[in-house]
Amino acid sequence: MNRLRVQLVITTKNLKTMAQRIVIDPITRIEGHLRVEIEVNGGKITDAYSAGTMVRGIETILKGRDPRDAWAFVGRVCGVCTSTHSLTSVRTVENALGISIPPNAELIRNLMATALYIQDHVVHFYVLHALDWVDVVSALKANPSEASKIAQSISSWPKSSTGYFTDVQNRVKKFVESGQLGIFANGYWGHPAYKLPPEVNLIAVAHYLEALDWQKELVKVHTVFGGKNPHPNFLVGGIPCSLNIDEANAINAERLAFVGTLFENAKTFVDQVYIPDLLAIASFYKSDWGAIGGGLKNYLSFGDFPTNGYSNPAGFKMPRGVILDRDISKVLEVKLDEPEQIQEYVNNSWYEYSKGDQAGLHPWEGETKLNYTGPTPPYDYLDVSKKYSWVKTPRWKGHPMEVGPLSRMLVGYASGRPDYKEVIEYALKTLDVPVAALFSTLGRTAARGLETKLTTVWALEFYHQLLDNIKNGDTRTMNNEKWLPESWPKECKGIGMTEAPRGALSHFIVIEDQKIKNYQLVVPTTWNASPRDPQGQRSAFEESLIGTPVADAKLPLEVIRTIHSFDPCLACAVHVYDENGTHIHNLKTY
Amino acid sequence: MKKYPGEYLVMVEGSIPTGNEAYCCIGGKSALQILTDAVKNAKAVVAWGNCASAGCVQAASPNPTDAKPVHKVISGKPVINVQGCPPIAAVMAGVVVHILTFDRIPQLDGMNRPKAFYSRRVHDTCYRRPNFDAGLFVDSFDDEGAKRGYCLYKMGCKGPVTYNSCGIIKWNDGVSYPIQSGHPCIGCSEDGFWDNGPFYQHLPGVAGFGIETTADKIGLGLGIATAAGIATHAIVTNIRKHKEIVNEPAEGSVSDNHEKS
Repeated sequence: MNRLRVQLVITTKNLKTMAQRIVIDPITRIEGHLRVEIEVNGGKITDAYSAGTMVRGIETILKGRDPRDAWAFVGRVCGVCTSTHSLTSVRTVENALGISIPPNAELIRNLMATALYIQDHVVHFYVLHALDWVDVVSALKANPSEASKIAQSISSWPKSSTGYFTDVQNRVKKFVESGQLGIFANGYWGHPAYKLPPEVNLIAVAHYLEALDWQKELVKVHTVFGGKNPHPNFLVGGIPCSLNIDEANAINAERLAFVGTLFENAKTFVDQVYIPDLLAIASFYKSDWGAIGGGLKNYLSFGDFPTNGYSNPAGFKMPRGVILDRDISKVLEVKLDEPEQIQEYVNNSWYEYSKGDQAGLHPWEGETKLNYTGPTPPYDYLDVSKKYSWVKTPRWKGHPMEVGPLSRMLVGYASGRPDYKEVIEYALKTLDVPVAALFSTLGRTAARGLETKLTTVWALEFYHQLLDNIKNGDTRTMNNEKWLPESWPKECKGIGMTEAPRGALSHFIVIEDQKIKNYQLVVPTTWNASPRDPQGQRSAFEESLIGTPVADAKLPLEVIRTIHSFDPCLACAVHVYDENGTHIHNLKTY
Repeated sequence: MKKYPGEYLVMVEGSIPTGNEAYCCIGGKSALQILTDAVKNAKAVVAWGNCASAGCVQAASPNPTDAKPVHKVISGKPVINVQGCPPIAAVMAGVVVHILTFDRIPQLDGMNRPKAFYSRRVHDTCYRRPNFDAGLFVDSFDDEGAKRGYCLYKMGCKGPVTYNSCGIIKWNDGVSYPIQSGHPCIGCSEDGFWDNGPFYQHLPGVAGFGIETTADKIGLGLGIATAAGIATHAIVTNIRKHKEIVNEPAEGSVSDNHEKS
């Protein structure tokens, strides 16, 4: 996943219309398997198809199992957003069984979730996204003392001397000269769409290397409370660790102080490295990329980070709601138990519904019957006039929705939350751009950073609240009242909603006779990367690419710049391809 | 691969669906095709994690995509199974460093796991083992025993049947591991662990209380007698400790007070 580039580019020229069809597969610097195909006319993208090329069938595997085990299975949906599916799962089962968890368990779950957000977003910006904006080879031409001046003018981060940047530059130079470019191989270096001066490129490369080192620290919050990262442990009814400040073999002051330090250091890195870099880079790209890649006009957020109970969304740090048609004066209500609020379609996905291809199903009635009807591999192209993806297509009251940091920031802003208002207006003022600039690839990228900044503040609030609870004598971490299956009703259903780093995540469970009868996951990237619905409406990825300029069909940097702004996580599933071309030319850029 | 035939290692993560090759395609080629091509001229193959070495979650019953581990879809090459869901990062690095430093593949056990990291069970190297031996167990999560870090055997711990380095190297630079953070081991480095019974159901009949041995060390009969004797001792100890716990007067610290809820 850290490889910069492994891409197979197929270009077809339709002699009649002079349109070019370009396939990019695999898309790298994402999680999972994604293929994107675009049609380029007159230097701009006029159509786009997005497809997931892998499936595992986890929903089928869960049938018949103990609901208390489900969190462990679904955690393995993804190791990048590790813990988020597990969190959603325990919420789902607790919702079905009517279990409320002790306040400390809620705080510790919040701490694990905020740790994930901060680590995940920083890693995304530097390791996955940055190289779409930053030209590494150009950094070799930079003047280190100029770079130092710039770095010190935008931040008080101590690693900013001329000597430091010279060292970084030499390190990269040696790497490049060795011929084994490793993670920097096959980049689109020198592409005209790169706009940063060499010194800013050098600063960004230095911070990329620092971020790689930094990110493995914050995940230790998961290790303390959940035993390991990736895939920390959870529990239906609470969390597994016990708090006991006067016991050697439990979570005590040493463990808690360690966690506090991790969050303090994380906040410093975000404030002094991520945010200044983000705003500096954005200032060079705002004139065009503040208006490219907006795509859909509908935004969905389930909200998250409860402060007084998961059943009180009004108390969430991230509010719940929907915005339609970019109208930020109105936030609409989300109630996923209502059938029309979430329907999944498979008209373009390789599944079979018992009610037929045009049907939409609420996940409580969800079905996962694999039925591949695409070409036998190896293939050059898929047929987009037929089913073309492993991703199902979810819709909210029939509308395609974008999910993710931009949706959350907009819902927070539109809900009138002061902390959201403050960071958004600060960013807009610093960059001197209007609100409309948020509806773009750059806006999405900035939203991710601003959300990270908010999260670092909330994490420390949760941390101090936990310490206060312990001080006041409450150390409960588990509610055992309904642990034993004998205490459950014969039949019940539940929904779990989470805002995962990449967007709105929901699980749906039906429990019968103490076992899972049905379990469905509707994942953020499902919303964003899905194929068209029966009305022909595109989902977020496809829609965002329409109108994007492409300078060179063989080097589609602009495409991946927008796709990466969504931070795709395909283990949750995807793919894009072309209709019949008269001539297919294979370009291998391995 | 072209430049160094016979000299390179293929590192694989993920299992390979074989029910229909289109269940996993990259660049239009199936995972099976890509793997087959890559290992043709490889020196050896490293299978990272339970997905590549044992199938893991997608291969759990009923295995909808007929997902298989590397060693079941290729032949003719040594395959090193580095197990775990995931493996400990330091173990992964350790395998690579071993190969580079000592210029050889680490010694493998009968399941092709490097003995350097998989020769001991979690049960053999767990810091809570003395609690097991003394019969001090957690009976429910966050109970008094849990707050003292007692053994998690009764909560379903699979440590006695799981080979891994969690008790030795631990996780994320030695910060902790599942048992230390209060959750029983789910056996994530063992083949088929997803289908070995619910996680919270305790293992039946773990030979116990200090006599954990192979037949060639102690005669079976002697083992049973000794075990029975120690078992009796352990039960008595457990009862005594339980009495102590339940009757223990509050130490003045509010955190010891059960009744608050």
